[in-house]
Amino acid sequence: MNLWPQKFPLFPETATEMAAEIDRIYFAFLGISAFFSLLIAGLVFYLAIRYRRRSPDDVGKPEQAATWLEVAWSVIPLAILVAMFFWGTKVYFEARRPPSDALEYYVTGKQWMWKFQHPEGNREINHLHVPAGQAIKLIMTSEDVIHSVFVPAFRVKMDVLPGRYTTLWFKAEKAGTFRLFCNEYCGVEHSKMIGSVTVLEPADYEEWLAGAGVAGPAAAATGEELFSQKICDTCHKPDSATLAPLLAGIFGKEVELADGTVAVADENYFRESILNPGAKIVKGYQNLMPTYQGQLTEDELVQLILYVKSLSPAPTEGPSP
Amino acid sequence: MSTSAAEFGRREHYLNADWGVKSWLLTRDHKRIAILYLISITAFFFIGGLMAVLIRLELATPAGDLVQPDTYNRLFTMHGIVMIFFFLIPSIPAVLGNFLIPIMIGAKDLAFPRINLASWYIYSIGGLLAMWSILAGGVDTGWTFYTPFSTTYSNSYVISTALGIFVTGFSSILTGLNFIVTIHRMRAPGLTWFRLPLFVWAHYATSLVMVLGTPVLAITILLVAAERLFHIGIFDPALGGDPVLFQHLFWFYSHPAVYIMILPSMGVISELITAFARKRIFGYNFIAFASVAIAILGFLVWGHHMFLSSQSVYAGTVFSILSMLVAVPSAVKVFNWTATLYEGSVSWETPMLYALGFIGLFTIGGLTGVMLATLGIDIHVHDTYFVVAHFHYIMVGGAIMGYLGGLHFWWPKITGRLYPRFWSMISAIVIFVGFNLTFFPQFLLGYLGMPRRYHAYPEDFQVLNVMSSAGATILGVGYLIPMIYLIWSMRYGKRASANPWGAVGLEWQVPSPPPTHNFEETPTVEDEAYDYTAAKEKKVA
Amino acid sequence: MPSGQAAHPAGLEHHFESHEQQREAAFFGMWLFLVTEVLFFGGLFTAYVVYRRMNHDAFVAGSHELDVLLGAFNTAVLIGSSLTMALAVRAAQLGRRKGIALFLLATIALGGVFLGVKAVEYHHKWEENLVPGPHFHWEGDPVGNVEMFFNLYFLMTGLHASHMVIGIGIMLWMIPLAWKGRY
Ligand code: HEA
Ligand code: HEA
Ligand code: HEC
Ligand code: CUA
Ligand SMILES: [Cu+2]
Repeated sequence: MNLWPQKFPLFPETATEMAAEIDRIYFAFLGISAFFSLLIAGLVFYLAIRYRRRSPDDVGKPEQAATWLEVAWSVIPLAILVAMFFWGTKVYFEARRPPSDALEYYVTGKQWMWKFQHPEGNREINHLHVPAGQAIKLIMTSEDVIHSVFVPAFRVKMDVLPGRYTTLWFKAEKAGTFRLFCNEYCGVEHSKMIGSVTVLEPADYEEWLAGAGVAGPAAAATGEELFSQKICDTCHKPDSATLAPLLAGIFGKEVELADGTVAVADENYFRESILNPGAKIVKGYQNLMPTYQGQLTEDELVQLILYVKSLSPAPTEGPSP
Repeated sequence: MSTSAAEFGRREHYLNADWGVKSWLLTRDHKRIAILYLISITAFFFIGGLMAVLIRLELATPAGDLVQPDTYNRLFTMHGIVMIFFFLIPSIPAVLGNFLIPIMIGAKDLAFPRINLASWYIYSIGGLLAMWSILAGGVDTGWTFYTPFSTTYSNSYVISTALGIFVTGFSSILTGLNFIVTIHRMRAPGLTWFRLPLFVWAHYATSLVMVLGTPVLAITILLVAAERLFHIGIFDPALGGDPVLFQHLFWFYSHPAVYIMILPSMGVISELITAFARKRIFGYNFIAFASVAIAILGFLVWGHHMFLSSQSVYAGTVFSILSMLVAVPSAVKVFNWTATLYEGSVSWETPMLYALGFIGLFTIGGLTGVMLATLGIDIHVHDTYFVVAHFHYIMVGGAIMGYLGGLHFWWPKITGRLYPRFWSMISAIVIFVGFNLTFFPQFLLGYLGMPRRYHAYPEDFQVLNVMSSAGATILGVGYLIPMIYLIWSMRYGKRASANPWGAVGLEWQVPSPPPTHNFEETPTVEDEAYDYTAAKEKKVA
Repeated sequence: MPSGQAAHPAGLEHHFESHEQQREAAFFGMWLFLVTEVLFFGGLFTAYVVYRRMNHDAFVAGSHELDVLLGAFNTAVLIGSSLTMALAVRAAQLGRRKGIALFLLATIALGGVFLGVKAVEYHHKWEENLVPGPHFHWEGDPVGNVEMFFNLYFLMTGLHASHMVIGIGIMLWMIPLAWKGRY
């Protein structure tokens, strides 16, 4: 597969609606910038020539202050900027807020590779396959340093941090293979941490899942095994909430905590509950849960969380971090 | 003025008042300390530049074939660190500011001459630490030292480099402190705040940022070193820390720091424009207050470097709008400079070429800055070459143009010699052309999606990269020319009169070079700043 | 006023116009320096506040490990040392050379006491394995990241201690000068 075509484009290809929208802002602002740059440059040259020094000791006319001018050239740029601010912010919120019907893929970055976990259980390294016309949500974390997922053709980018989940979403309109860069400096091979996103027509995607894709047991199922292996089930019983809270149906809901505050049970909350249980104590419970810091790999953690989530019917949208 | 030229040889001034290495290394004369700084920062500029040359050579071909990836990472890291902390931040304040502020306000020296000298020694110690780290093998964290890479994963000379920056930080704290006290307490009789040259206002604002911001950087660096040394968890999540807290602390200093780098340059431009348009600056008060406004607002926008760092969307929104606000005072300045040319008497001397270049390039750099501050756009261009182009347009196209312009403008005052006019114009033009060829293609590369800090890149990015590398060579040559003729002029240049440009301002009323104590009689000031009409009437009368 | 050194009054740096200007400058400079110090520790306090909010219980538990008595005692010592220092300044204003030297010595002594007590406290923490790093071990119930509390505890107190060492150094350097009547 030739990721690096032998052409020399001056502009990235556009594969999502979001990308088209970001291009529109960009060109609008480019126009504004060009206008002001040329205006300033033009004025400077015109004035500097028009008023060039005629005789060695002549001086300029005494300056006459003009407050209205000062006001004008403060307010006009400000107005333009505020307008651009609203437009840009609108898109930013769309980009940071995944739709609730998005398919969820888990991404783990490590020096210097990408690991992808399909909801169906398939795992991929560096090259992700997704269906077209379908909102895709990446739930991402890192095993070591900060990385960043960047797909220029989609105009999406998000840092991938150790110790927490960040999300990114896109909805590819057309099939094709697009570059995925690591965009945050992460050490020696940073510039080699390049993968790809292959967008397939839904039918082809099904085919790919069935055939080419290395089908494994669904991640949630693996999680269920872990749940007993790691003796979670000794406390978290499906029927009784005496020892530990019931985990069924809590995903996306608000959880009342001992200190009176509430927390929303999203991926990051589950992660913290498992690795640092003392941080947020559920109301009406003791701080009995041992920490699993260092006892679970990122993958296992993901599988456990997928399992706990699967206990909740139709996953509702968890607000992105 | 032939008279001053004739007596030049006999007249005692700060350069010939005393001879010998000792008289320089132990001097408390702000003018000599400025020279010491000039030598040091020039050295660092060429070191940083040499690394830039290697970076551009490597990037001339897509395959990372010139140096190892690891070497490349160390190159851009040390390029950034050297250029920012050891060249640009001290450049204008410590050289031109040190030399001129006391003279411009009619004082015999800065308030604390010993501290001034101390700050140079502290700077040098920091510089030596950094140099040692570079020679020992360098550091590969990027100039931003992002955790946990810098604290846990990097195996390079992080601690010694960090220590070097930490130490140097104190020299800029002391310089800022010295300037603030001097400007408050040492002004000549009659020199009210609103008669000060805008160069002094700019340095006042800069000093505020130096004094308020640098301590935070110091402590942040200390925390990084502590985590690295003792493996105590502060920023590394594996140890229970929070890597994003580091970014907040780092940018809380490092965004204001960008105004440490540009404000002095803006001050220089105000002086150049007025001197070569022979006209009082348009909107004096607005420019003066704009400097202070930038210094203060600058402390509220650090989060615009972290839009995609998992910072909350609301924080992002606030930082975005504040970044827009901080842009306005800069806009005001640009417009006022332009308006100053109207009905002026403009002469196209070399310093003026640099000043006009500054206005154009700073505008482009700034406008791309507000594009980056626009959340929707930053999603795509964050940490791509678009950002690299943005800050080089401001720091190289802006700040350094201002620095070179100022150096040429005051060179006769500092050395008592004139530089060759022809060559200075050639170099100004070469630099301008080379600069644009180097960095304009990087805007396109950025939007095309080329991430920064890449040692190798996809082949379809090559053409633009080759253009950029070609430009860098021209730029390099452009920087070498002044290096040569300025040194040449110190010995062979024509002797300069007290006021070769026919400019107003106290520094042009003392002989070139100035006597050790600047003024025989403490001057009293009656005129407003840049009052060329009054000056002319005086001459006629 | 003519600037020739000769015409310059004693004790007035050549570049100042008057003693008053010189005093004001020194005064102003010192205040600015204090501002930088505030910001310097400000960074640490920010970190402390952030992490205290992140793991509240751990910090509470951690702070219970500190010795209130020693802490209170040291606070008293510090206040005392500020007093002796102030007295030294006063002595300087009154031009009492011996006074300055004596009060400086007293201040140094108190500083020494403070550092001594701190050393004791650090030693206790060491014995209780509360010093961050490989040896850190927390017996109390699992309330989260207690180590973070001690990270910051040692960083902040350590930094403060190093400040005091520098301060003591400067005073040692000042005493002979004071004796010679430089102030
Ligand atoms: C001297 C240095 C300097 C200066 C002055 C500036 C000035 C500005 N910078 Fe820049 N910046 C850097 C140096 C500097 N920057 C560096 C080094 C980085 C990269 C750090 C790293 O990650 O390594 C960076 C990165 C950077 C980012 C982060 C990009 C990213 O990583 O995603 C952002 C985002 O908001 C930004 C914004 C701005 C803004 C809004 C200004 C404003 O102050 C600009 C104001 C000026 C103008 C607006 C131009 C004049 C106006 C007119 C001529 C009138 C017309 C104007 C309008 C209509 C608006 N800068
Ligand atoms: C003041 C600040 C400053 C200055 C002046 C410069 C100057 C230059 N910079 Fe850079 N640059 C930064 C600050 C600066 N830079 C920062 C902060 C970064 C980010 C680092 C990071 O990511 O961590 C960066 C990163 C950076 C990159 C991106 C690297 C990457 O992300 O992979 C590039 C690439 O082109 C670059 C190029 C240049 C060039 C061509 C110049 C030219 O202007 C240099 C021109 C000067 C010379 C060429 C020297 C002249 C002399 C000679 C050439 C003769 C040969 C030398 C001797 C005989 C001694 N710089
Ligand atoms: C020793 C008993 C025990 C074990 C073993 C245990 N937990 Fe818990 N868990 C608790 C208790 C008690 C709470 C409620 C107090 C708290 O929030 O810490 C809890 C809370 C939680 C929560 C938050 C639930 C809510 O309602 O917000 C999650 C999620 C969770 N545990 C998951 C796990 C997983 C996954 C494992 C195994 C890897 C596990 N637990 C093992 C006792 C335990
Ligand atoms: Cu991973 Cu850069
Ligand atoms: Cu910034």
